[in-house]
Amino acid sequence: MIESISSLVPADIAAHAPALLVVAPMLLAPIAAFMPNGRLAWILSILATGVSLVMAMVLLTQVRSVDGGGVLSYAMGGWAPDAGIEFRIDSLNSMVLLLVSTIGFLAAVFSWPSVVAEVRDAKRAMFYAAYLVCFTGLCGVASTGDAFNLFVFLEISSIATYVLVALGATRDRRALPAAANYLLMGTIGASFFVVGVGFLYAATGTLNMAELAIRLQDMQGNKAVLAGYAFIFVGLGIKAAMFPLHQWLPNAYAYSPSFVTMFLAATATKVAIYALVRFLFTVFGLEFAFEGSTLIWILMPMGIAAMIACSFQAVFQTDVRRTLAYSSVAQVGYMLLGISIGTTLGVSAGMFHLVNHALIKGTLFMALAGMVLSYQGTTLNDLKGLGRSAPWTMTAFAIGAVSLIGVPLTAGFQSKFALVNALFEHGWWWAVAVVMFSSLLAVVYMGRILEAVFFRAPSNPNKRRKEAPLLILIPLWILAIANIWVGVQGGFVAGLAEDAAGSLFIGDVS
Amino acid sequence: MSGEMAIAAALILPLLICAGIWLAGRVPDLREGVTLLGAAALFVVAIIIAGHVSAGSPAELSLGEAVPGLEFAFKAEPLGALFALVASGLWIVNSFYSIGYMRGNRERNQTRFYMCFAIALFGAMGVAMSANLFTLFVFYEILTLSTYPLVAHKGDANAQRGARIYLMTLLGTSIGFLLVAIIWTGALAGSLDFVPGGLLQQAEGLTPLVASALLLLFAFGVGKAALMPFHFWLPNAMVAPTPVSALLHAVAVVKAGVFTILKVAIYIFGEEILNATASREFILAVACFTIIVASLIAITKDNLKARLAYSTVAQLAYVTCGAMLADPAGFMGGSLQIAAHAVGKITLFMCAGAIYVATGLTNISDMKGLGKRMPLVFIAFFLASLSIIGIPPLAGDWPKYELMQGAADADLDYVPIVLIVSSLLNIAYLLPIPILALMPPPGTPEPAPYKRPGGAPVLTVAAPCFTALLCVLMFFTVGPISEFLEPATGERIPAAYMTEGNP
Repeated sequence: MIESISSLVPADIAAHAPALLVVAPMLLAPIAAFMPNGRLAWILSILATGVSLVMAMVLLTQVRSVDGGGVLSYAMGGWAPDAGIEFRIDSLNSMVLLLVSTIGFLAAVFSWPSVVAEVRDAKRAMFYAAYLVCFTGLCGVASTGDAFNLFVFLEISSIATYVLVALGATRDRRALPAAANYLLMGTIGASFFVVGVGFLYAATGTLNMAELAIRLQDMQGNKAVLAGYAFIFVGLGIKAAMFPLHQWLPNAYAYSPSFVTMFLAATATKVAIYALVRFLFTVFGLEFAFEGSTLIWILMPMGIAAMIACSFQAVFQTDVRRTLAYSSVAQVGYMLLGISIGTTLGVSAGMFHLVNHALIKGTLFMALAGMVLSYQGTTLNDLKGLGRSAPWTMTAFAIGAVSLIGVPLTAGFQSKFALVNALFEHGWWWAVAVVMFSSLLAVVYMGRILEAVFFRAPSNPNKRRKEAPLLILIPLWILAIANIWVGVQGGFVAGLAEDAAGSLFIGDVS
Repeated sequence: MSGEMAIAAALILPLLICAGIWLAGRVPDLREGVTLLGAAALFVVAIIIAGHVSAGSPAELSLGEAVPGLEFAFKAEPLGALFALVASGLWIVNSFYSIGYMRGNRERNQTRFYMCFAIALFGAMGVAMSANLFTLFVFYEILTLSTYPLVAHKGDANAQRGARIYLMTLLGTSIGFLLVAIIWTGALAGSLDFVPGGLLQQAEGLTPLVASALLLLFAFGVGKAALMPFHFWLPNAMVAPTPVSALLHAVAVVKAGVFTILKVAIYIFGEEILNATASREFILAVACFTIIVASLIAITKDNLKARLAYSTVAQLAYVTCGAMLADPAGFMGGSLQIAAHAVGKITLFMCAGAIYVATGLTNISDMKGLGKRMPLVFIAFFLASLSIIGIPPLAGDWPKYELMQGAADADLDYVPIVLIVSSLLNIAYLLPIPILALMPPPGTPEPAPYKRPGGAPVLTVAAPCFTALLCVLMFFTVGPISEFLEPATGERIPAAYMTEGNP
């Protein structure tokens, strides 16, 4: 399907796909801001994300047309790399771009009813402008091949995100401190990152990531490079909600508008993990002196700590959004664990889980958004008995939930299987036990929710409850079916993840 | 019908039945008609599959790969065909019984009940036919999830608690241990297929220690086999309506568990590696411990269903015991026990349900003298008890015989003793029930009057009588059944005294 859609795009346009993917939402964002009403801005944002989605498909097709995954280099504005900014698309980028734009498009389609309910009329056009800016930033991070440009896009998306989170104040005033907290942590992360990039620039004299990778090979013991490495690692760690730098995430997810939560949960941390992987494997590479110990002594323990600690925290939350938010941090732990194995198999399992988790959390938060529409409140108590009054919404939620647990025939199962397999291959038997234990905790915290939804009587039967509108149900079910599809026919996504890991120049690990 | 088509039919039929039940949900008679017709068709399909297996023609079906290396593949072999036959055949009987029970008890949500039943049979068929561990695991979990609503059917706090324990134990053990064992096997052997003679023979770098750990993970990971200490879900699941306990907790669910253990023993480990695996003896000892202790607990239970539940725990351990004996006679004993115990235990459960529908009684001590009013029910109960105990001419005799043979072949003296003690304990906890009901000691007060006017519905009495007769019938047909199973279990070693005439 992807091939046939991208074959419809004229060759002249397809040649500029890397630029168009980012530029289309960027240019449409200010136009959206000046729209007289929110509805027009909404249509514009669907249009912009739709263009990006098609471009992402084109890129994927182009990359996959080369055996083993090609590399597209696009010089922004015709300025050759090193002087100009290079957009560099390989198997890893194209996968992340397709993920972000798909989720972005579905989120844009579904957003309208949710935004009407939660954002005041006067602010809607600006809201969509902020959304498009955020989307631009995320796509930019995932496509640029320039370290400083990556920082710029990271900041673009972050600043827009602070705005989006703060707009949740209409629904819940606690969104304001959450946004402030996020702003602080996000700024610290971005500053760390840019300081690190500065060190690298000072040491190597280039900002182009491919060039950096080559020059860094001869600078193993350089103290400036080591410092840069540490700054970049921590900076991106904050953005990726790596345990214990994840404190901003639960509140930001819990109090922002439902639509924003859904979009962020499925994309923001994923893009940050992409950037982390890009720097760890492409820019620094496994030969880099610190790399092995970073993977084994920092990434892996932190991943495991997240899987256990945050799963436990998820068990004790009463607000379902917070349960899911803590679960997100725990799931980031799975990805980090996969990456920390450092083998192609491990990184590919991590990437596979990255995609699947986006599908899972997208489904769950979208279903919650639909549910919040007709009934305010997302505590466990509010969800009681919803299985009867909103069967379609809640069945999709249940599919997401079992996928999160990792029940066979769902996406979550496939990636956990791949992860455990990679762990076995690498001989980390004990880590398998942790994965399984964390999965059991997922059974507990999702099981509690499912039980309330399907087997409890409503706590207040007089309240009006109904199904989410069709505009939410359709994207919701697309995501839910995607969960099943990957579970039953996961070859496509697994292949993407494998190619992505393969493109990272991972050599043999000692 | 070709083998491929038959397997496809065995998988699709339950789903079609489920859809049919949903469509016919508003017309109870039509809905039950769909169940009965579908169950009968499924039984016919199971017979066709068994025909293919006994003729030696391969029946295989592949539905493609989920991701490379994980294939949805099905293949009929003797053990699975037998399990499919037992499950689908008893489903027919049980459906008749369910109609009587559910209507007699005026249960709610009957459409959901029958739909979940059909999905559970789908899971059982998939488990029976699976050609590799991955497929087996998928259907194993489908079976768990589809039976959860059945256990929680009553919907009160007690049922929810029982159902939660049920779900958590089965999911927990399967994800925590079984899945690990499966992935580990895949990492070692490079494949997950069931291979005659044992998949792990291809595995490079299989040390005895690793094999031991794997076997432990498998044995305790299959929570449905109810090996102690993971048996507690079974008594807790007895909050379910009796037809559920009868079919699922005497036939489909628990038998899927011990069936998995047998499959792993025969097709993953194989006789040779199993014999060389140290933890085998430990698991054998645990199985023997389970047999004795669960029987002892059963004696203390006054609630009839609880007593039957603990009896099931003990009887399931027979199969595990047979698998861990790791010789053809042991495997044969385990396989026969799957069929024999299914027929016997479903009878006992259906009798318990009939008594409950008619009188509302659940405690054994209240049932003295009840046999005068419900003679057929208690006679069926009596016959099935004899079969469980293992007295000829009833089906339950053969598995015990084969297990003892297997233990003798393996030179394990304590196993026959355990089996004999178990039989004595069976007598102690099963026989007093029908005997006191049919022949109450003088001076026993008259039992409480029927709660339901007219007593037990006809269907709830006819069904256990039929399965009780099956217990007798199976005693005489064991020859063809063991011949059918022999390709899977391997040829038994002829005992020395049979061939040479002296011990």
